[in-house]
Amino acid sequence: MATTYSMNQLRVGLKIMMDNDPAVITDTEFVKPGKGQAFVRIKAKNLNTGRVNERTYKASESIEGADVVDKELQYLYSDGDHWYFMDQTSFEQIAADAAAMGDTTQWIKEQDLCILTLWEGRPISVTPPNFVVLEIVETDPGVRGDTSSGGNKPATVDTGAVVRVPLFVQQGELIKIDTRTGAYVSRAKE
Amino acid sequence: MSWEPAAGLGALRRRAEVLARIRTFFASRNVLEVETPVLAAAGGTDVHLAPLHTYLADGRRLYLQTSPEFAMKRLLAAGSGPIYQLGRAFRDGEVGRRHNPEFTMLEWYRPGWDHHALMDEVDALLAEVLGTAPGERLSYREALRHHAGFDPFATADGELRERAAGLGLAADDVDRDGCLSLILGAVVEPRLGRGRPTFVIDFPASQAALARIRQGDPPLAERFEAYVEGVEIANGYHELTDPGEQRRRFEADLAERRRRGLPDVPLDERLLAALEHGLPDCAGVALGVDRLVMLACGASSLAEVMAFPIDRA
Repeated sequence: MATTYSMNQLRVGLKIMMDNDPAVITDTEFVKPGKGQAFVRIKAKNLNTGRVNERTYKASESIEGADVVDKELQYLYSDGDHWYFMDQTSFEQIAADAAAMGDTTQWIKEQDLCILTLWEGRPISVTPPNFVVLEIVETDPGVRGDTSSGGNKPATVDTGAVVRVPLFVQQGELIKIDTRTGAYVSRAKE
Repeated sequence: MSWEPAAGLGALRRRAEVLARIRTFFASRNVLEVETPVLAAAGGTDVHLAPLHTYLADGRRLYLQTSPEFAMKRLLAAGSGPIYQLGRAFRDGEVGRRHNPEFTMLEWYRPGWDHHALMDEVDALLAEVLGTAPGERLSYREALRHHAGFDPFATADGELRERAAGLGLAADDVDRDGCLSLILGAVVEPRLGRGRPTFVIDFPASQAALARIRQGDPPLAERFEAYVEGVEIANGYHELTDPGEQRRRFEADLAERRRRGLPDVPLDERLLAALEHGLPDCAGVALGVDRLVMLACGASSLAEVMAFPIDRA
């Protein structure tokens, strides 16, 4: 039932099967020197391993699409082995394992909405919201009189992640973090 | 969906300037501008080109030219003298940063010249339009030796296939010329024409297309490819004029097309009749005008210099 693509249907962002794994195309190049045979070179990121691979196909070949969809699901809880997510319209629950979760575990709290990438219905990666607000549970007291510029220190937040924060940010405060970089953005109110 | 042009107006003005310069260049050299039909009863037989076709209301199937070569050779046989044409050519399936299925081709022929004399003229045109320094000539063997590290005439099929596999090719039914084509396109081409044009000459006889073959060990095709800053810009031949040899090459192409399950293409009997009548000894070259404009603009894709590339056509 999988879709098949001819070489000139391939586009950046398309999800295909490469080496028996789902992969997302990051670059395509049509190679046809002079009077010779035509090829298509594809760079694609393996969605299981995160590695980018380069492959060359004859321009006459076709390539199998990957049954991969992204779904926004709500994080419910973890039992330590699995992280459970719920579809807010169907109430269907899906469990992701540690491999699919990757670093995402250090950013999310119950009720957060995450993007689950499902391959043939199974989660292969979980992307947290771009920004999360977390509480600092441990950090050294800043030196009095510090201004907002210059210097930072490590702070542990309530999900367990350690973030570099400015010296003036104190234990018990809420901070906004960019999960794509793991960087502190600002202090937060709620 | 976008209605707007892909190219900026600056690039389109540059395109107009390049076309005007090309016409001035040939006018000053007394080369006649000609126009031949885009639609023809016969097409190119090249195994690696996919011609498009359409039908007249009376049911006749006509091919959109993959190049104006056959019709221009009929003019040469009729005694036209030196001729050039600026026109559209069509090749199905060729889409990429440097390919568009419909593109502008400059093709010209010089009776009485060989490919070396014609390379000098290509070099002069490139200097005129792009301001390039005088080009270098590099044999196909040296190009692969120097930039890919092996001798294409002394490397076994198995090793070539391993080199192609090293470029991520999994298919195991790619022949010797196919592997060489991939290595040339992926590894060698990007390094050619840096700082000045490179003319690659003396191709393997198996890649002669419509060029003469010079006997020797190994026999070599009197064919050249010109490169500017890693971009293949032109392909030329000391033209094959022998009608018997031309028919044999067409028929070999057709046999290979059948073997690969590709559609049949009718042989151009009018071209063969013109060769029987007598094609003057000549050299000819086809140059990609969109790529020329791309280089003139310092752009890196054809879409930047085409009003409406195929996805907006």
